[in-house]
Amino acid sequence: MFTAKRVADKKDWLSGRDHDWEIIIGLEVHAQVASKSKLFSGAATEYGAEPNTQVSLVDAAMPGMLPVVNEFCIEQAVRTGLGLNAQINLYSRFDRKNYFYPDLPQGYQISQFEFPIVGEGEIEIEPEGGEAVIVGIERLHLEQDAGKSIHDLSPDDTFVDLNRSGVCLMEIVSKPDMRSPEEASAYVEKVRGIVRALGTCDGDMEKGNLRADVNVSVRKPGGDLGTRCEIKNVNSMRFIRQAINYEARRQIDILEAGGEIDQETRLFDNAKGETRTMRSKEDAHDYRYFPDPDLLPINITQEFVDGIKANLPELPDARKARFVVDYGIPEYDARILTADKAKGDFYERLAKGRDAKIAANWMMGDLFGALNKASINLDDSPVNSDALGELLDLIGDKTISGKIAKDVFEKMFAGEGGANEIVEREGLKQVTDTGAIEKMVQDVIDANADQAAKVADNPRLVGFFVGQVMKASGGKANPQAVNEILRKKLGL
Amino acid sequence: MSDLTKLTLEAALSGLKAKDFSSVEITKAHIDACMDAADLNAFITTDFTNAMKAAEISDAKLAKGEGGALEGAPLGIKDLFCTEGVKTTAGSKILGDFKPQYECTVTENMKRDGMVMLGKLNMDEFAMGSSNETSAFGPVVNPWRKGEDLVPGGSSGGSASAVAANMCLGATATDTGGSIRQPASFTGTVGIKPTYGRCSRWGIVAFASSLDQAGPITRTVKDSAIMLQSMAGYDAKDSTSINKAMPDLSAACGKSIKGMKIGIPKEYTMDGMPREIEDLWQQGIKWLESCGAEIVHVSLPHTKYALPAYYIVAPAEASSNLARYDGMRYGERVEGDNLYDTYERTRAEGFGKEVRRRIMMGTYVLSAGYYDAYYLQAQKVRTKIADDFKRAWEKCDALLTPTCPSAAFAVGRKLNDPVTMYLNDIFTVTANLAGLPAMSVPAALDNNGLPLGLQIIGRALDEETVFAASSALESCAGFEAKPEKWWV
Repeated sequence: MFTAKRVADKKDWLSGRDHDWEIIIGLEVHAQVASKSKLFSGAATEYGAEPNTQVSLVDAAMPGMLPVVNEFCIEQAVRTGLGLNAQINLYSRFDRKNYFYPDLPQGYQISQFEFPIVGEGEIEIEPEGGEAVIVGIERLHLEQDAGKSIHDLSPDDTFVDLNRSGVCLMEIVSKPDMRSPEEASAYVEKVRGIVRALGTCDGDMEKGNLRADVNVSVRKPGGDLGTRCEIKNVNSMRFIRQAINYEARRQIDILEAGGEIDQETRLFDNAKGETRTMRSKEDAHDYRYFPDPDLLPINITQEFVDGIKANLPELPDARKARFVVDYGIPEYDARILTADKAKGDFYERLAKGRDAKIAANWMMGDLFGALNKASINLDDSPVNSDALGELLDLIGDKTISGKIAKDVFEKMFAGEGGANEIVEREGLKQVTDTGAIEKMVQDVIDANADQAAKVADNPRLVGFFVGQVMKASGGKANPQAVNEILRKKLGL
Repeated sequence: MSDLTKLTLEAALSGLKAKDFSSVEITKAHIDACMDAADLNAFITTDFTNAMKAAEISDAKLAKGEGGALEGAPLGIKDLFCTEGVKTTAGSKILGDFKPQYECTVTENMKRDGMVMLGKLNMDEFAMGSSNETSAFGPVVNPWRKGEDLVPGGSSGGSASAVAANMCLGATATDTGGSIRQPASFTGTVGIKPTYGRCSRWGIVAFASSLDQAGPITRTVKDSAIMLQSMAGYDAKDSTSINKAMPDLSAACGKSIKGMKIGIPKEYTMDGMPREIEDLWQQGIKWLESCGAEIVHVSLPHTKYALPAYYIVAPAEASSNLARYDGMRYGERVEGDNLYDTYERTRAEGFGKEVRRRIMMGTYVLSAGYYDAYYLQAQKVRTKIADDFKRAWEKCDALLTPTCPSAAFAVGRKLNDPVTMYLNDIFTVTANLAGLPAMSVPAALDNNGLPLGLQIIGRALDEETVFAASSALESCAGFEAKPEKWWV
């Protein structure tokens, strides 16, 4: 039985009529194993193929067909289990989960019920604006995905696409250790970061390759656990937070009105931002789990596990620690830059041989800002690490100022060329010729004689002069040189 | 030329090789026999046109001195084996006009070896039955008759009848709880269920996955050796297939059993079992002793729990295995008002009464709250039964038992009494539960002139001993009786 000892931070409590409430959240993350073929058949798993073109006789459950386990998928489950700091079970077994639906050709899903391949583990998450939290992993098991029922192609008929039928999923079940929508999305973010670093799942939530079932209940802070509802198949971090917020408030409203929560399965409507009933407890299936007699139990050896362990890539937590030490960047920056394998790789390429802190600032500030605004993934960024590095090099050797660099970056992001090319083309090179700067300084002092006279009494006026000179130079004058020459000429 | 349908498979193969007759000739002779015996209802689908083509191809190979171990031999295939382009029904209406796009591994192996397939043999629906009366295509009639029509046993009733009535030189069959051995016993034929995992289950319509095994029904022990050698073999497409070489089975036939220890399990008897079966068992002991075997008495104490355990495990697996027959992708569909209504109508009309009964039993024993009491308990019994055998193997090399507690019974006699029907399997289910090889050999006629069989059970993977002992039994018994050819 689950217990939930930790009480949420007060900032995460929801206000109620008579008392505050806290939210208890557990998650089941379904991560599609990055395998070219299915869990029990040789059919391809490529996304976006024409309907029913990636279906073997096994996937279509033709009479007499038998499953044969894809060993690659077993290995990926073990890798992932190790990444989640979890117990690897040397004995595990496939069971049948029986129910009828047209997108389930066999009439049962092959899953792992009683003996999952991965047992308990834990990971640390760092929710936005909160303390780090340890989240327990209950288990990870392998299972087949179902096909897809398509209801909107015809008013009367349902169509079935079996391309997904039999694709290998890892279901990663957490303990009910999360207490806020932010913690829940940070958890999914962390799991996603781990599977991506391991390469066991591509983590693509838009394609549904990683999705979450969210279990939500509310209770009086520290009180007895309430009845939970499960929200199925939520497929973005934002939707996870929205769904939890909506669902917690819905439950509180019912409880405060003297009602009871029905344990049920709900759907999240992303358009309306609401959850609604999918099926109630009364409709719950009796899945009649039993060991699949077509498959032998999975017996792996400790040597096999150790072999995988010895070759695990660096995981986000270790990488974060290394970034702090090796690059001297703050922990906060290191966490953001290691949340995702792609970010970490980008940063390491960028920081190599350059000022690591400036590199971090540029990535987290200008680059992420621009990507966010344009809703582009880092992988598809129009400015890659080499291109951004070229820009940083121009700042580093004082060819351009940081301020000009921001304009250059915008142009690079808009696809107007590389950093050097833009600087050359638009004549943005910093003026370091002291003769030229001296002339500009003199012109500004001459044009503002009144102000110049007051400088001795009010040294802060220097800023005004610096601004005027920079303006006159079109931003290209080296600010340090301008400062020095001004001070000399103004007799400071 | 003598009647080619009376030959053993062994004699036919050597005749073909010696070009005493052609495959076309012997195939034609069998096609005629099949047509003459249409009243026995042994076939669901015949495929004579393709059989004649295959015979011609075999003749061409034989003419060049080529060909495999079954080259040119006309054989029958139980309709549970998926055969490419040839309707496969599993004895059920629910598969409709299903023609597989694939060939199951067992018949693929046999075609590789040159088999000529005459057609698909009748059987109890989804192999669930002990009398062939649950077939959606009507009951098969036993060629042995005493005043009234008798059942050939089941579920491989079509295979047994066809072999006993000389409609084919041999036939494939499957055995989940006795479906090869019981019909063999009822029809005076030989049948072996090999060790679980010897024959690939790939492409055989599943009844109960952990128990199903394919094997041959033939007229002699040697013929079974020839057929099984071709049917068996490791198959990576079946995760439960065993990757161990099969011994030379033909060589095992006739091998001396001097010094072999034959165990007699005291529990293999039943209230109301005819005295003559008891006597035949004693006779079998004497025969094997006369061949130099040493008789030891053993106990398999959990035998009495085998049948109940079997009737939990097999329906449980079946209830899940048969879920795929939902009218969605292939087979018959009966449209209803909505999805679930369509499921219900399709399955209620597509499945016969016995199949529905077993699906209900299986669903029940797997349900929440009953799983531990039934399914789990049955699995524990299964382990105990396997342990009983392991202890017996410390004392003996093979076991001798009766195959069935009765001879063939009249059509309709037990159809409405499932428990009595299930008792037919009482001596055969143990070998399925423990995965052991077991063979039924025709040994004598009872007082009514009906055949009775004796069973040899061996250690897992030790088909060699099973064939040696069965072959000795066959020689001693000298069973030559044939049913009177009343059906022509």
